[in-house]
Amino acid sequence: MGFQTLVPFGPWNWLFFLVALKCGGASSDLNESTNSSPQHEPDVRFAAASSEPAETVSVFALDYDYVQIPYEVTLWILLASLAKIGFHLYHRLPGLMPESCLLILVGALVGAIIFGTDHKSPPVMDSSIYFLYLLPPIVLEGGYFMPTRPFFENIGSILWWAGLGALINAFGIGLSLYLVCQVQAFGLSDVNLLQNLLFGSLISAVDPVAVLAVFEEARVNQQLYLMIFGEALLNDGISVVLYNILIAFTKMHKFEDIEPVDILAGCARFIIVGCGGVFFGVIFGFISAFITRFTQNISAIEPLIVFMFSYLSYLVAETLYLSGILAITACAVTMKKYVEENVSQTSYTTIKYFMKMLSSVSETLIFMFMGVSTVGKNHEWNWAFVCFTLAFCQIWRAISVFALFYISNQFRTFPFSIKDQCIIFYSGVRGAGSFSLAFLLPLSLFPRKKMFVTATLVVIYFTVFIQGITIGPLVRYLDVRKTNKKESINEELHTRLMDHLKAGIEDVCGQWSHYQVRDKFKKFDHKYLRKILIRENLPKSSIVSLYKKLEMKQAIEMAETGLLSSTAFSMPHQAQRIQETKRLSPEDVESMRDILTHNMYQVRQRTLSYNKYNLKPQTSEKQAKEILIRHQNTFRESARKGHSLPWGKPAGTKNVRYLSCPYSPPQPAGRDVRVAEFTDHDGSDAEVPSIMFNTHSPTGSLQEGRRTQEIIPMKNLHRGGKPAHLGYQRNRTQEEQLGGGRRVVLRPKPLFHAVDEDFESGEESEEEASAIGSRWSAEHRPGRDLQGSHSPLLQSK
Amino acid sequence: MGSCSSHAARIPDVDSIQRETGFSQASLLRLYHRFRALDRNKKGYLSRVDLQEIGALAVNPLGDRIIDSFFPDGSLQLDFPGFVRVLAHFRPVDVEDHGNRDPQEPEPLNSRMNKLRFAFQLYDLDRDGKISRHEMLQVLRLMVGVQVTEEQLESIADRTVQEADEDGDGAVSFLEFTKSLEKMNIEQKMSIRILK
Repeated sequence: MGFQTLVPFGPWNWLFFLVALKCGGASSDLNESTNSSPQHEPDVRFAAASSEPAETVSVFALDYDYVQIPYEVTLWILLASLAKIGFHLYHRLPGLMPESCLLILVGALVGAIIFGTDHKSPPVMDSSIYFLYLLPPIVLEGGYFMPTRPFFENIGSILWWAGLGALINAFGIGLSLYLVCQVQAFGLSDVNLLQNLLFGSLISAVDPVAVLAVFEEARVNQQLYLMIFGEALLNDGISVVLYNILIAFTKMHKFEDIEPVDILAGCARFIIVGCGGVFFGVIFGFISAFITRFTQNISAIEPLIVFMFSYLSYLVAETLYLSGILAITACAVTMKKYVEENVSQTSYTTIKYFMKMLSSVSETLIFMFMGVSTVGKNHEWNWAFVCFTLAFCQIWRAISVFALFYISNQFRTFPFSIKDQCIIFYSGVRGAGSFSLAFLLPLSLFPRKKMFVTATLVVIYFTVFIQGITIGPLVRYLDVRKTNKKESINEELHTRLMDHLKAGIEDVCGQWSHYQVRDKFKKFDHKYLRKILIRENLPKSSIVSLYKKLEMKQAIEMAETGLLSSTAFSMPHQAQRIQETKRLSPEDVESMRDILTHNMYQVRQRTLSYNKYNLKPQTSEKQAKEILIRHQNTFRESARKGHSLPWGKPAGTKNVRYLSCPYSPPQPAGRDVRVAEFTDHDGSDAEVPSIMFNTHSPTGSLQEGRRTQEIIPMKNLHRGGKPAHLGYQRNRTQEEQLGGGRRVVLRPKPLFHAVDEDFESGEESEEEASAIGSRWSAEHRPGRDLQGSHSPLLQSK
Repeated sequence: MGSCSSHAARIPDVDSIQRETGFSQASLLRLYHRFRALDRNKKGYLSRVDLQEIGALAVNPLGDRIIDSFFPDGSLQLDFPGFVRVLAHFRPVDVEDHGNRDPQEPEPLNSRMNKLRFAFQLYDLDRDGKISRHEMLQVLRLMVGVQVTEEQLESIADRTVQEADEDGDGAVSFLEFTKSLEKMNIEQKMSIRILK
């Protein structure tokens, strides 16, 4: 299942064109070596042949300038990708330092190469490229992968923290730096208040998600996770809004002319820009969700719609001078829920992967630019400014974290501990956002731009490297888990059992929020929005076939590893083993403990673990499939044995076996035939409808059946969305006819054939039949004859 | 999720349930809504199928056993008091409760002993008060991936029973089970915050 490679018509092509055109002029001097006529780039090649009489036909020629821009950009991206591959090959590295470290290093390396070879560095990042092409994918990805339900449950805290935190940081740092600048000794007196405030706003843009991967294994609790995520999401938007407002201020007046009215206007503008952006985002989200309702026949354009509408929301918001970042974030968040249900499985995967790809390319490019500008001659180093910036960044972050959380803890049901707050404080790592904003400061308004850029770079390097690398150990230290104490095997097993138990009971309880608002929204959503925005009959067939395929494969693998050869019948074995109490050496115990630790199933995490740089392979999916297959197996075996474990019989009592009905030996005939035999012997009542139902199943309509039940949960696992009630409803109605209960029976025939070399093919239908039989015997009439009819054959096993 | 009423009076026998389980009115109300939401056909009780339709339980390795624990003694219908009774085991322990508790009254459902008892019954399927080696092996099999061979599982099961078994009968009784877990913070492990 490869994802469809769509030609991204949007940003990328335009980027290349634009960049090429822009730099066509820049590298025109290099042109002259290859072509003396100074014509513009794209035509050069073709014109050369006609404009001048060439002496000879050149058999082999080199024309670097034609491809220079795309070539170098591609090389950069490839280099970063190779570095990432290397980074992940050494499996301990990702736990040690965040990936942004790596990207920065690669960027610095490229910058050093470019600087060293004195190559004219081609694409220069300018304001429009950044804001129009590089920033939207990053923000879109952040918004799309945000877990929506927990986000909205905590939206009060998140807004409070992210919004106010950004503001406090920005103004705090700006004002303190201004005070520092007033001191004559540092030679900074020409930096006025506005410039300092602007600097403060851009340096307060944090990128904490970059460090999430580092302490992921430390099992950060969900609330903390959300805080960090939410902050990252909203932070960029808020700093850009502030930045733009302050730039507008700088352009308009001299400092002395600014009156309180202007400041009020600024605040009002801030609010309008923010809310307006969100409003437009939501509208575009709904529109795109609505459109995806109708795309079932052309699923190839679904990703396109998603991306284009998000981008459009960004552009429209920017046109109106509203916050494009918040618009695209809101669009992604709104759209996600409905689009995920409407869109086909392959489109869904494509969207996810493409989004990751785009955002990682953008970020790589930004870090490359950063690296290139690090190694260069355009720096201005001012000790005081840089050191105080660093110091104030940390101080103000600490102040904002502790103050704001102290206040919000009064209102929370589950307050954040000091440990959590320390983690939040320490995860204030700056990233690409700050650098870009600093880089794009207009030189005309900021004569000391270079100093700002230098200071920004220093802060970024410091936070990313030093904080990024030490946050892992810090979190593990703060976590104070008893990992040093070796638990006995008993404890490990029982602990894991309890974790599973707890997760299961939590699932039974469901999730409920403390907010009436959310429940009301959910009802509104159900009644109106879903009807409008979600497709009528969700095609389950693609999902069904996918899981059929995967489950078959899995079952084949499991058979081959010997799992399916029933080892459940080791009871006679047991009697002997009880006598032996082997003396086990400590190493044996160790190895057992290791086996247990590494192979026990993980408890289902409710929070989707988010990794900024790649989509984690779904280990939980594999685990879930194993569990489901084992489930089916257990049903089969328990039905065969006559134990009906889940069917409500007390586990102790055995089924009474009546050796009454002789049963003709199975023929390896068609399934229907055997089923018919069963019907003959039976002759009665409630079974018949089910048998008829049975005969329907081979016709392949796997819409019914236990499969759907499994698939929907699997789908939920993947998408984290609400169960498709339609599917469940259908299940129910059919089950009503059959008198309730699960149908173990309906599995695709090939599955059995592929798997059961041991079993005679005849036994399968008996198992199915006995499963039906046992089920009904459990629920309707205990101790049916049919139970006994299978025992001769079972005993033959 | 039909008619949402915020009146606890709709719950039958709410007072006795509250006394027995210790849930607050608000929690009981939420649980009642959840019960009604799970009861898709509005039968007034839950059957196994209703619980099996909770998707996440299907991929929980212990899903079946957890569902079984809601239906003690082989019953087929789960009414609301029964539902709440099971969930009460997972209520976080109130430290104050212990101090003011009347020693004559039965232990609250969410005491450490009762939590352990609940966990114990997940192992002990035949309800004989002991976890035999076979039962331990079955649980292990449920909880471990397919890469572990049967011999390894058997030796792990052996070892587990051996470690905890003090009186040498080859099975782990409830007291032995409790003893092997005395260092563990059961109150925290088996408590769900939202059930406060």
